[in-house]
Parts: sequence; structure tokens; C-alpha cells
Amino acid sequence: MITTSTPLPDWLVIAPVLLCLVGAALLLVLRRAAGAWFAVIVVAAVIACDAALFARVLADGPVSMTMGRWLPPFGISFTADVMGAGFALAAAAVTLVVLFYIQMDEEGRDGRGGLHALILLLLAGVSGAFLTGDFFNLYVWFEVMLIASFGLLVIAGRPIQIEAAIKYGFLNFLATSLFLLALGLLYGLIGTLNMADIIVSAPKANAAVLASVAGLFLLAFATKAAAFPVNVWLPASYHAPPPAISALFAGLLTKVGAYALLRTFVALLPGARDILDPVIALVAIPTLLIAPLGAIAETNLRRAIGYFVIGGIGAVVAGLALPTAEGVAGAAAYVFHAMLTMTALYLVAGLVEKATGETDTRRMGGLYAASAPLSILFLVLVFAAAGTPPFLGFWPKLLLLGAGAERAGLNGAGATDWWAVALVAALLLNAFLTLIAGTRLWAHVFWRQGHEGAHSEEENPQLRALAGPERWLGLVPTGILVAVIVLAGLWPDLIFRSALEAAHGLLDPQGYVAAFGLEGAP
Amino acid sequence: MIETAFAALTGLFFAAGIYLLLSRSIIRMLLGLTLFGNAVNLLIFTAGRITRAVPPIVPAGLETPAGAVANPLPQALILTAIVIGFAMFAFLLVLTYRAYRALNADNTDTMRLTEPKGGPNPPLSY
Repeated sequence: MITTSTPLPDWLVIAPVLLCLVGAALLLVLRRAAGAWFAVIVVAAVIACDAALFARVLADGPVSMTMGRWLPPFGISFTADVMGAGFALAAAAVTLVVLFYIQMDEEGRDGRGGLHALILLLLAGVSGAFLTGDFFNLYVWFEVMLIASFGLLVIAGRPIQIEAAIKYGFLNFLATSLFLLALGLLYGLIGTLNMADIIVSAPKANAAVLASVAGLFLLAFATKAAAFPVNVWLPASYHAPPPAISALFAGLLTKVGAYALLRTFVALLPGARDILDPVIALVAIPTLLIAPLGAIAETNLRRAIGYFVIGGIGAVVAGLALPTAEGVAGAAAYVFHAMLTMTALYLVAGLVEKATGETDTRRMGGLYAASAPLSILFLVLVFAAAGTPPFLGFWPKLLLLGAGAERAGLNGAGATDWWAVALVAALLLNAFLTLIAGTRLWAHVFWRQGHEGAHSEEENPQLRALAGPERWLGLVPTGILVAVIVLAGLWPDLIFRSALEAAHGLLDPQGYVAAFGLEGAP
Repeated sequence: MIETAFAALTGLFFAAGIYLLLSRSIIRMLLGLTLFGNAVNLLIFTAGRITRAVPPIVPAGLETPAGAVANPLPQALILTAIVIGFAMFAFLLVLTYRAYRALNADNTDTMRLTEPKGGPNPPLSY
């Protein structure tokens, strides 16, 4: 038993979750009175906690606290390492932007149906998933996230939202059930669900049985992350709610699946990852190729952006298939980049829909003349998503390509590894196809004078300028987020350093296990 | 011995759950999902050893329980999972009813608002 209580500074690990949950509960009591600004204050406090935690973890290594004074393998531990704290920080940051953006509409201001409370609950689930050190607790946070996202998805109750919620709900609930199933089998196999204890005990278990349990984890997390072939729920649901909610989902939900994949297969069960290596490559390559093709074929703007989100997951899974320090760092940095960029893309798409009054790109057009800032923001984000230098998306792809080239033996050492060659080719093709899809969208929405078809040279009569709140609460926060993306792309040192640090922490979990006070890391 | 029967029952639950999930009717899918969730719970319950009337208490002076006892942790896990699963079931049931009211359909084939059937061709310009 731990006889001393947790030192006060270590409570920082749980502060982001605690703040969100208490904030959400208070919002339910407070109801309408200035709920949005209250939520903004709570999320700002969460960002401060996450930033402090991130700085501390980067300097001193992982931090862990265990509740109820139970010895770590038995008590539920909250543990922050560089990857978890970094993702939690990014998640809180995009939530803050969305909280400003959502207030440009009347519905977003008055928070009907507990809108702001649900957003805080979603952030609590996501932060909890990033910061927990217990595998079963991760399942609980997945469910918290799921129920909050259900609420956000149906909040206005339009038929299309109900339908999207059914498609999203059934498949995601099935995925979490599979996750629970795999957890039960894992506990039966190694007798522990504490992450550090899993790292210690997993190598002693039967590798073949462990690999089949890991296969279930792969299926569950791939469904949550929307990787091919279990990706169809995403383009069927993300365009149904209001754009701000789409943006929040794109920034938070699938990224937790990607995080769980990285945590499970790089840190917890590396032996099983090696056995499943071809399967992971087989998931990554089609995800990378099919997603941008879907975006090219799509005429609904937000559905097309949904395919970009899927393509980003492909890059993360590719990093999982290249488990060197560089590859894992690339995957982690890509998740960070995708959180910011995909959220911003949806936010811009929401403003485009406001300005054109349409959701279909065939009836948009001429927006370049009407709103230069919007067209610049969209183009910058397309370049960032495709990974053209010097934008943010380029650096993770560079790390991934470096890892791929190294494993493929293209540097002239050893035999050629064709899986790695295919992964490198898929990553490059994905960049080209995403660029084609994105610039085509830009051409259709901004460059073409009017609607598609015979009248494409005439001016689009539906265009209207953005109203006051849409500028100050919509365009300005989106612009700030894009500015952050551009600056992070121009000075990527911190991201490189943190991503490599995170990758070392995952590949060599000595420090992670030590933070729990356990011994015997492999 | 009883574990074998429970394992067979779990398999039966999974089979029935997956069969119902493959249906087009949302109500049947929902029942399938519930059966699937209960199969998972039953599996974890069985994996935690099944004994009768032996409390999982460590006698004084020992580090581990004296005889074979059921592991209480999996039971705690499924208790959590049952609560969560019930909440999800309740939500999805209401959602299904709302979908039936709003879309007048209990058939996934007719749910085409999010993914229009025979949707538009890819844009041809540029």
C-alpha cells in the first residue's frame, strides 16, 4: 500500500479531466446563463493544465498518480507521457477554437440541449483517454466520449442527423464492444490491465494467443480511427451535424483511435505488432490510396473533407507499420498535425457553406472574388493536409518516408523489403492524390465563377458576405488556428523534438514503467 | 465442467448477436448489439473462474486465497460494462424510435439522406 498521499503537483495529471467533468456538471445546473463563456473559461484552464503537464513531462519524463492509495498494478493509475500530454494539449486547443466558432450562431450561443456541457464531456473523455494508465479505464473513457458524441450528433434533431447517429452509433458501439472483448481476453491471458504491468508481463505470455487478442484490438481501434476497410461510418456521419460539431469530431474522435493504436501496438504489445505487421501494412496502404480517391469523387464539401480525415489515419497506420523511432515519431506528429488541420478544414468549410448557402460543391463557385481570406485559408489547409513543404503536414510525412526508406533498404543496406517499398509509394501517392482532390475542391468552390454546368461563367447569385458575428467569432478564430498551423510548419523544432521524445518513450518504456513505481521493464 | 457449458453459451450468444446485426431492420440490429454485449460480459465472467459459495477473501497470514476462488476483478469489470451497455442500449432505442418517426423507416436500405443512392457523378470540370 502507498502510505503517503499523492504529492500535490502530481494531481496535475488528472486536472484536465476533473476540470471538464466538474465544468460540465456545473453547466447543467447553470443552464443558459452565459454557458458558452463559462465553457471557454473551463477549456482555457484545461489548456493551462495540459501545457504545464506537457512542459513537465518533456523535462522530467512520465508522471503517474494512482487513486485511492492502492498499489499501482491494482489501483487505477493516471499517467502522462509526452505523447499523451501533447495530444491532450492539442485536443483542448482545438476545442477552445470550436467554442468560439460555435457562438456565431444563435443555437451555439444559448446552448440548447446542453450543447456546451456535452462539448466539455467530450473533452473529458478525450483527455481521459490520452492520460489514463489503465487499459480498462481507457475503455471507460471511450464510452464517455461515445455518449457525448451521440448527444452532439443529434442535438438539433434534423432527420439527417438522426440517420447519421444511427450509422455512427451502431458501428462505434460495436467497436467498443470488441475492445471490451479483447480486454477480457487480455486479462485472462496475462492477469493485469495496468499499462505498465502489461508492458512487463506481456513478453511472458504465449505470443500466438497474444497476437490473436491483439488482432481484436486492431479491429476495434481501426474502426474507431476509421481505417480501411472499417471506415465507411465516417463519411456517412461527419457531415450531418452543424459544421462546428463536425470540426470537433474531426479533431478529437478518430485521433483517440489512432492514439490507442500507437499506445497498444508500439508500447504495450510490441511482440504482437511484429506478428501482425503485414496486416497493419495491408490496412495502411489501401487507407492511404482509397481516401483521397473518395475525396476526388465527392461533391458534398464536408463529405469530401471526411475522406481527408481518413487519409490522415492511413499515414498514422503507416507509421505503425514502420516501428523505428522515426516512424513512430512521424505517426505521433501526424496525429498532432491532423488534429489541428482537419478541425480547421471543417471550420473553413462551415464558413464556405454560410457564404454560399449550399453544401454541394457543384452549386458553389465564385467565392474567391467574394471572400479572399476564406480562399487563402482553404488553400493553405489543403497544402497542409497534402503535406507540401513548408506546411505542417510535410514534417510528419518526412519522418515517415525516412523510416520507410530505411526499412525498405533503399539506403543500400540489406535486402529490399517490399512492404516498406509499398508503404513509401502509398505515402507519396497519397500526397499527390490529396493535393489533386484539395485543389479541385478549391477550384470548384473558389475559382470557378458560378455554378457547374452551362452557367459556370456567370456570377454566382447566391453569394453573401459573412455577417458580423460570423466574422468575429467564425473567421477570426479559424484564422488564428490556421496561423498556428502555418507557424508550427515554419518552426517545427518543438514538434520534432517532442515527437522523437514520444517515440523513444513508446519504444523504450523503461521510464513509463518506472513512473508507476513498478520494476522489471523488458 | 460448467465452464464448458458457459463457453458454448457465449459462442451461441455471439453467433445470434452477429446474425441479428447483419439484418436490415434497426430493431433487430439493436437486439443483436445487446446480445453481442452480453456475450462479451458472459465471456469475461467465465474467464474469471466460476466457483460456488467461496468468498474471495485472503485468510490471515497468507498472501493469496487458500483455495480456488472466483476472481472478483472480472466481475467488477463487467459490472461497469453492464451499466455502460445499458445506457447505450437505452440511447440507441430512443434513437431508433426517433428515426422511425422522422424517416418513417426501420430499414437501413431506405436511410439514404446521408449517402444519396446513386449519388451525383464526380464533378467533371477542371
